[in-house]
Amino acid sequence: MNYFLFALRNLKRKGIRSWLTLIGIFIGIAAVVSLMSLGDGLKIAVTSQFGIESTEIISVQAGGSSFSAPGSDVVKPLTKSDVRAINELSSVEFAVGRTIETIKLEYNDVVQITSAVSIDEEYEKELYSIMDIDAEFGRLLKPGDSKKVLLGNNFYNADTNGFDKTLTAGKEILVNGESFNVVGILNKKGSFIYDASVMIFDKDLEELAGYGENVDIISIKVHNKDFISKAKEDIEKLLRERRNVDVGSEDFVVSTPESTLSQVNQVLDAIQIFVIIIASISILIGAVGIINTMTTSVLERRREIGIMKSIGARNSQIFLQFFIESGFLGIIGGAVGIIFGTLIGYFGTLTINNFFGATTLPRINFSLIFFSLLGSFVIGSAAGIFPAMKAARQNPIHALREES
Amino acid sequence: MKKEGVIIQLKNVERHYHIGENIVRAVDRINITVNRGDFVAVMGPSGSGKSTAMYLIGSLDIPTHGHIFLDGYDISVLGESDLAQIRGRNIGFIFQQFNLIPTLTVKENITLPMSLQGISKEVMEERAKKILEKLELTDRAEHYPNQISGGQQQRVAIARALANDPEVILADEPTGNLDSKTGERVMDVLKKLNKEGKTIVMVTHDHDLAYQYADIVYWLKDGKIEKVSKRK
Ligand SMILES: Nc1ncnc2c1ncn2[C@@H]1O[C@H](COP(=O)(O)OP(=O)(O)OP(=O)(O)O)[C@@H](O)[C@H]1O
Ligand SMILES: [Mg+2]
Repeated sequence: MNYFLFALRNLKRKGIRSWLTLIGIFIGIAAVVSLMSLGDGLKIAVTSQFGIESTEIISVQAGGSSFSAPGSDVVKPLTKSDVRAINELSSVEFAVGRTIETIKLEYNDVVQITSAVSIDEEYEKELYSIMDIDAEFGRLLKPGDSKKVLLGNNFYNADTNGFDKTLTAGKEILVNGESFNVVGILNKKGSFIYDASVMIFDKDLEELAGYGENVDIISIKVHNKDFISKAKEDIEKLLRERRNVDVGSEDFVVSTPESTLSQVNQVLDAIQIFVIIIASISILIGAVGIINTMTTSVLERRREIGIMKSIGARNSQIFLQFFIESGFLGIIGGAVGIIFGTLIGYFGTLTINNFFGATTLPRINFSLIFFSLLGSFVIGSAAGIFPAMKAARQNPIHALREES
Repeated sequence: MKKEGVIIQLKNVERHYHIGENIVRAVDRINITVNRGDFVAVMGPSGSGKSTAMYLIGSLDIPTHGHIFLDGYDISVLGESDLAQIRGRNIGFIFQQFNLIPTLTVKENITLPMSLQGISKEVMEERAKKILEKLELTDRAEHYPNQISGGQQQRVAIARALANDPEVILADEPTGNLDSKTGERVMDVLKKLNKEGKTIVMVTHDHDLAYQYADIVYWLKDGKIEKVSKRK
C-alpha cells in the first residue's frame, strides 16, 4: 500500500498546533546546519587572523603566556644574542628577531599612531617568504635601503587610509618626525596583521625607538617540519639555559603553529559544543512534541484504525502508516530548519568575509542537506514508534462500536 | 453459480466481557451453520449479541470459548496476521455508519482493501472501474464521502466490501441509517449480490426486511439463539 500518499493526506489535515510542535526540530536542525556551513568559514577566517599560514614556523616570545603583550617591560626581554644562539641549533634553518614599536606616522598633515615591525636586513628574503608577501606598488625593502618604509595595503586608498590622500611608492612620509621614503605597498592579504602593517629595517627602527639589543619575537624556520616538536624542545632547552630558569617556570613561550591552531580550535570547539547542546535540547523537545502530536492523532483516528483493520489491514501495516507519517512530520520540521540554516550559513559566511576580509566562498553543502533530512526523518519516525505501536495494537471493535 | 456446502460454522461459540466483577455473556453457546450462497438475517433486541456474533464471524474478534470455521478452517486458532488476511480477502464488512475513510475519495476508499493486499495499480484501477459501474457510482469516483448522500455512501461501503471479491458479506444494520426508500435500494444491491453467489449475513431490526430478503432468520436474545425461521 502507498504509505507515503496516505501520510501526506493525513498531514494535510493536521491543525496548526501540530505544526507548532515542530519548532523544536526546526530550531535544532537550523542550528546544526548553520553551524556546519558556518564552521569552515569561521575557522579559515580566524586562522588567517592569527597569521598561521606556514606550518614550519616557530615563534618565541618573552613572558608567561603567548597572549601577553609583546615587549612588556616587566618581563626579561629576548635579545639579539638569543637569536644568534638559536641560529646555531642544528634543527634550525634560520631565526630572525622582530621588534614591534608604536610609532607616529604623518602624511598630508594627518598624524596616525600605529605599530611598526622591524625587518632584519640579513634575513629579509626569508622573512618575505615566511609571510608570503609581495609588493603591489613599488618594491619590497632590500639590503642597503635606508630611511625607507614598506606599508600594508590599507594605507594606499585615500578614502580609507585616514590620510585623505593616496599614499603609494615614492611618497615621502614622516615617521616619528623623521622623513622616510615609501618604498612599496603590499598586496592585499585579507588579514589586518599584514594589511595594516608598517615595516622598517631594524637599524632604522632601532634609531627611532632605541630598543638596543632587545627583540620582541623570534621567528624560527625549521629544517624539517616533521621534526618541529624536536626543534621546539631544542629551543626551549637552550633558552632555559641562557635565561637560567627551570623546567615548568619558563619566562618565555615557544609556540608552534599547531599549538596556536589548537588554541583557536579550542575556542571554536567550545562554540560548537554549545550549539550542539542547544540543538540537541531543541531536537529532544521537538521529538517529545511529535510523540504528543502522534499520540493525539492515534486517539482521534481510533475509528479509522478500526475500519482499516476491518478491511484487512495487518497490525504491521497500521504501524507503518503512523510510523511513516511521524517521519514525515520530522522531515517537514527539518526541511524548514535546513532552509533557515543554509541561509544563515550563506549570509553568515558573506558577513565574516566582509568583517575579516577573508575570501571563503559561501557554498551549499548538499550532503549536509541530505543527511539532515535523513536525520530529521529518523528523529520523527523514532518519536512515532510508541504511538504507532499503540495504533497497531488497538482493538478494532471498541472503536467500531462507538457512535460516530 | 452456486457452490454447495457449508461456508460458516459456529460451534458452541461464547464471547464474554468482564465488567468489574460481572461477566457479560454477549454471545452464549451459539451454534449456527451457514451454507454457501445463503442469505441469513439476524434479529433480536438491542444488546442481544448480534453485532458481537457478526464481529466473531468476521474474525475481528476472537471467541472466549468454542470454534468458528470459515470454509472448513478453524479461524478461532489463527494469529493476528492470518485473521487480517481473512478479513482482507474472504470477508466484506458493511456497517450501519458506513465507516468510509473521510480523507480518501470514493475510488480510493474502494481501492484501499486492494492496496492492503498489495495488488498492482493497473489491476486496482481496472477492478475499481468495474465495481464503480456495477454500483452506479462512476460519476462520484472523485468525490469525498462528505460530498455524497447517505445512500450513496452505503453503496460505496458495499463497493469497498466487494473490492477483493470475498465470498462472504457481513452487514450490520446496513439500512439503519437510511430512509426506507434508499434502504430498499441498498437491499436490492445485496439481493443481487446474493443471486450472483455471495453468502450474506445481515443484522437488522426490520422484521419485514428480514423476511422479505433472507432465506433464514436467526433470533437472538441474551446472547442465545431463541428461534430460527426458515423460508420455504
Ligand atoms: N466491549 C464491551 N465490554 C463490555 N460489554 C460489551 C462490550 N461490547 C458489547 N458488550 C455487551 O455485549 C452485549 C451484546 O452487545 P452487541 O453490541 O453485540 O448487541 P447488539 O445485539 O448488536 O445490540 P444493538 O442492536 O444495540 O446493536 C451487550 O449487553 C453489550 O452491552
Ligand atoms: Mg449491534
